[in-house]
Amino acid sequence: MSAITSKIFNAAYAKDKFENFLFIVPAVLIFSIFYIYPFFDIFNLSLHEWNGIDLSREFVGLQNFQELIHDKVWWMSLWHAAFITIIALTLQNALAFALALACDREIRMKRFYMVVFFIPPVLSEVVVGLIWQWILNAGMQNGEHIGLLNYWLAKSGLPQLVHNWLSDPATALPCIAIVHSWKGFGWGFIMLLAGLRIIDRELYEAAKVDGAGSLSIFKNVTLPMMVPVIFVVVVLTILGSMQVFVLILSMVGHGLVYHTEVPVTRILVSMSETNRFGYACAQGVTFGVILVMVSVVLKQISNRMKQE
Amino acid sequence: MDQYQVKRILKSTATHAFLLSVALTCLFPIFWMVRSALMTNETVFIDKSLIPASLQFGNFYTAWLEGNFGVYFLNSVLYTTAVVIGIVLISSLAAYSFSRLQFPGKNIFFYMFVAAMMIPLPGSFVPLYVLMNNLHLVNTRFGYILCMINVGLSLSILLLKTFFDKMPQDLENAARIDGCSKLGLWWHVALPLARPAIAVIVIFNSLNVWNEYILATLLLNDKSLMPLQRGLMVFQGAHSVDYPLLMAGLTIAAAPILLVYLFMQKHIIKGLSSGAVITLDKRTKYF
Amino acid sequence: MKRFFSLILCLLVLAGCGQVKKDPNSIVVWHWMTDRQKAFDKLALKYQEQTGIKVQFELYAPSDVYSQKVVAAAQARVLPDIFGILDKKSIMASFVQAGFVADLTEEFQKDNSVWENSIFPKALAVNRFEEGNIQKVKPGIYGVPIDVTNVQMLYNKKLLQKAGINNPPKTFNEFLEAAQALKRVGVPVLVSGWGEHWLVDCFASNYAFNIMGEEKIMATYRGEVPYTDPDWVKVLQIFAVLRDKGALAEGIVAKPNKYAEQDFALERVAFAFNGSWCVNVYHDMNPKLEYGVMLPPATDAQFPLKIWGGAGSSFMVNNTSQVKDKAVAFLKWITAKEQQVFLSEETKNLPANREALSSLPAILSEFAGAMDNTTHPKVWPINETPLVSEAFDKGIQSIIIGEKTPQDVAQEVQQVKEYGFKKAKRVTTQ
Repeated sequence: MSAITSKIFNAAYAKDKFENFLFIVPAVLIFSIFYIYPFFDIFNLSLHEWNGIDLSREFVGLQNFQELIHDKVWWMSLWHAAFITIIALTLQNALAFALALACDREIRMKRFYMVVFFIPPVLSEVVVGLIWQWILNAGMQNGEHIGLLNYWLAKSGLPQLVHNWLSDPATALPCIAIVHSWKGFGWGFIMLLAGLRIIDRELYEAAKVDGAGSLSIFKNVTLPMMVPVIFVVVVLTILGSMQVFVLILSMVGHGLVYHTEVPVTRILVSMSETNRFGYACAQGVTFGVILVMVSVVLKQISNRMKQE
Repeated sequence: MDQYQVKRILKSTATHAFLLSVALTCLFPIFWMVRSALMTNETVFIDKSLIPASLQFGNFYTAWLEGNFGVYFLNSVLYTTAVVIGIVLISSLAAYSFSRLQFPGKNIFFYMFVAAMMIPLPGSFVPLYVLMNNLHLVNTRFGYILCMINVGLSLSILLLKTFFDKMPQDLENAARIDGCSKLGLWWHVALPLARPAIAVIVIFNSLNVWNEYILATLLLNDKSLMPLQRGLMVFQGAHSVDYPLLMAGLTIAAAPILLVYLFMQKHIIKGLSSGAVITLDKRTKYF
Repeated sequence: MKRFFSLILCLLVLAGCGQVKKDPNSIVVWHWMTDRQKAFDKLALKYQEQTGIKVQFELYAPSDVYSQKVVAAAQARVLPDIFGILDKKSIMASFVQAGFVADLTEEFQKDNSVWENSIFPKALAVNRFEEGNIQKVKPGIYGVPIDVTNVQMLYNKKLLQKAGINNPPKTFNEFLEAAQALKRVGVPVLVSGWGEHWLVDCFASNYAFNIMGEEKIMATYRGEVPYTDPDWVKVLQIFAVLRDKGALAEGIVAKPNKYAEQDFALERVAFAFNGSWCVNVYHDMNPKLEYGVMLPPATDAQFPLKIWGGAGSSFMVNNTSQVKDKAVAFLKWITAKEQQVFLSEETKNLPANREALSSLPAILSEFAGAMDNTTHPKVWPINETPLVSEAFDKGIQSIIIGEKTPQDVAQEVQQVKEYGFKKAKRVTTQ
C-alpha cells in the first residue's frame, strides 16, 4: 500500500495516468462538441416556453416538468414503450439467443443462416411497413381477405380468429411489438454469437472431460461467460425498443387514438404539432433520465450475477 | 443405427427446422422487395402470381439513373468508410483505456458516455445546426462525418469495453514484458483479439451511416454531397410513390450493406478460436 | 499502420473540399415537393435562358425533415432566398415577426394589383394576414401560392353501378342508403387516411360548417360556446352513425393516407375522402380507374357544407436575402399563366393562376369547380389550440372504434379546452 501512495508523488506515475487519459481524449473531444453542448442547450430549452421560431424564449422554470408529471398521455406512452420493450426482451432475445446457440455449433449452412437472419435489420422501414400492413390488412375484396394473415386464418379453418389487427386497441400494440421484435432480433443474434465465439473452447472441453451434460455446460460455462454480453444486448434492446417510432408511423400513422403512442411520438407531437419545443425538451430529458435509471438498475443486477 | 445416432439426427433435424422457419420469415420480405422491383406501378399491387409474368429488369437501371445514384453512391461509400474507421479507432482507444488502464475519473467518463446513449435529444438539430454553422461545417463532408462519428461513439465504446473486459490478458502481459508500449498493445494485441466485436461495430455503424438521412438533409445543401438515401427520396413523393422504382432503389441500397456483413461475418465466426492467437504471435513486431 | 493513417489523411482531404462558394447572381430555393423537382428544373432552365439568372431548386424531403431544416436554418440565420413554411398560421406569424419573411403586399398591389388579381383569392388568403389578426402581424401578403388544392370525396363509378347506384349521393341520407346498397354487394363504403389527424379534423370540420356555420365554430374556438353544445355532439354523431351503418372501411382509424389511397386506387372501396393531389396518385397506380369527385354529402342542416381548400404550396421570400428583388421577380414569373399551365400539366395539380384553369384535364376541373365552397384553417380569424384539436381528433377515432360515445368525447374535449384556458390565465397573471 505504501508503495502505491509514494508512487502518487512520482512524476513517472503521473505521466502514466496522463497517457492513459490521452486514450479517451479523441472520444471526449468529439463528444463534448456534438453531444454535451447540444445537451445543455436542450436542458436550458426545457425550462422555456418556445415555439421553435420566435426570437424570444419565455423562461418558465420547471413548469414544463410539472405539466409533464400530470400528462396522462405521456405516462401511458411510456407504458406502451415498456410493453414493446418487455416483448422484445423476452421474445426477441430468446429467439436471438436460441439462434446464436444453434449457429455457434458446427452445423451445416451456418453462413447462410447468418446472412439471412441479418436481413430484417438491413431492410428499410418503408419495406417493413408496407409488407406488414399487407399482412395485417383487415379489408376484403370480392369476398376474400386482402390481408395475408386473415386470408390464411380463414382458409385454414379458423375464421373466428379473423381480426381487425391494427385498429383494435387490444391487438394493435402487440402487433407492433411483434413486428419490432422480428425486425430487431438479428442484432441480438450477431452480438450474442460474437460473444459465444469469444468464449475459450478449452472451457467446453474441460467441462466435457469432467462429464458435464450439455444443459449443465450451458448453465455453468456459457451463461456465466455471457453475462456481460447479455447485459449489453439487454441494454441495446431496451434502448432500441423504448425509442421505436418510425415503424409505428409507417404501420398506423399518427396512431390509433392513444393506444399506440410511445414517448418519441409524443415528443414529435410536441415539436411539430403543438410547436412546444420547451415541452418536447422536457419530455426528452425526463425520458432520458428514466432510461439511465433503468440501466443503472440493470448494471447492479448484472454485477450481482457476475459475483455469484 | 444405434440409439445415439437416431437421437443426433432427430436433434439436427429439429434444429434445422427451427432455423429454416425463422429464415423463411426473413427471406420473404427480400423476395417481395425484389419481386416488386421487377414489376410496374400498375401491376405491383394487382398481380398476385409468385413470379410476375413480365419482369422489368430495366427498373434497376431506371432507378439508378433517376435516383442519381452514381454520385450519391460514392458519397455514401466515402461517409461510411470514414465514419466507420473513425469510430473503430476512437472508440477502441477509449474502450481499451476504460477496460485496461487506470486514470482518475475513469468511471465518471465511462458512465457519461453510457448515459448519453440513453438520453435522446429532441430538437437538438437546432443547437447542432447553429453550432455547425458557427464552425463553418454546415454543407461540408467533414462536418457530417464528425457528427456521424459522434452518433455511433457511445454505443461502440460500451460494446468494445464489454468485450475487452472479457478477453484473456495473458497475451498482453507477455507483450508488455517484451517492452511493448501501451499504444502498441492496443494496436497489435487488443485490436486483433477483439475482431468479432469490431466486426459487430463495423456492421452496426455501417448500417447506421448507410441508412442515415435526416442529419444529412439537415447539414448538407449541395446535391453533390448527399448520401444514397437522398436518391431514394425521389421515388417517394409527398403523396405519390413509385413503388417498383422505390423497391429497385431499396434493393440497390441494401446490397452493399449485406456485402459488408458477408465480409465481416467470417471475423465473427472465427472468434478467438482457429489459431487467431497463434498467428498473432508470429506476426507481431512491436515498435 | 502508416498505410492506415495515410488513408485517413486522404479521406480528410477529400472531406475538406466540400464547400462551394455562392454565386451572387443566382437564387436558391429550398422546397419539399419531390414530385415537382423535374418540372421545377425545367422551369429554372427556361428562366436562365430568358433572364440569365440561375435558379437552384434544392429538394429536401420528406416534408417533416424539410421543416426541421428550415427551423434550424432560421435559427442560424442562413435561410435560402426562397423557401416554404409548412406549418400552422401561428408559426408563419412567428417567422414574419422574427423578420425572416419579406412583406410582398407592395409587389402584389403594384400596377393596379395585376399580380394579386391573377391568383385565386382563396389561395392568397392563406398567405395573408388581415387587419387586426390575433397574432398582431402587420397586415399584408407574405407568401406566393404556386398551386391550389382542396379535399373532397371521390367515388368509384364501377363499384357504385355494381350496387345499382347511378348517381352519386347528394345528401347524407342518400349516402347512408348507398352505403346499405354497397354493403349488400359486399363492397366497403368509405376509406380515408384517418390514421392521420388532419384528415379526421378536415372531415369533421366540413360537417361542423354544415351543422352550425362558421360563426359558431369560431365562437367555440374563442371559448364562448362549449364543445358539449348539441351542435358539436351532432358533428361527433356523424362518425357514430357512419360506424353503426357500417359505412367505414375496416381499419380506417389506423390507416396512413397512402394506404387509404392504395385501397381506393385498387378499387377495393367505393368512396374516398382525399385531396386533389390524389389525381396524380391514382393515375400512377391505376390509370384505368373510373372515378368522380363530389362534395361530402351534406346533412339537411341550414348552413352550407364547406370543404378545406386553398393554397397547396406557397413560397416565401427571405427578408434578408441579397437577391430579394430577383427572387420576387422569379416568383412573379412562375405564377404567370404560361408557367402555371406547364406546372399543372406536368404535375397534375391545380394551378394558382386563375387564367391557367382553362386547359385542365376533366377530373381536375371537377376539383377546381368546388373552389368556391372552400375554407381553410389558415384563413380563419382564430384557430383551435393544438391540444384541443388533438383531443378532438383522437376522440373521433375512439368513437369509430366504439370506445366512447359522442357525448363522452364532447365532454372530454371541453375539459381539455377549459384546462387550456386556465393555464393561459395562469401564464398571463404570473
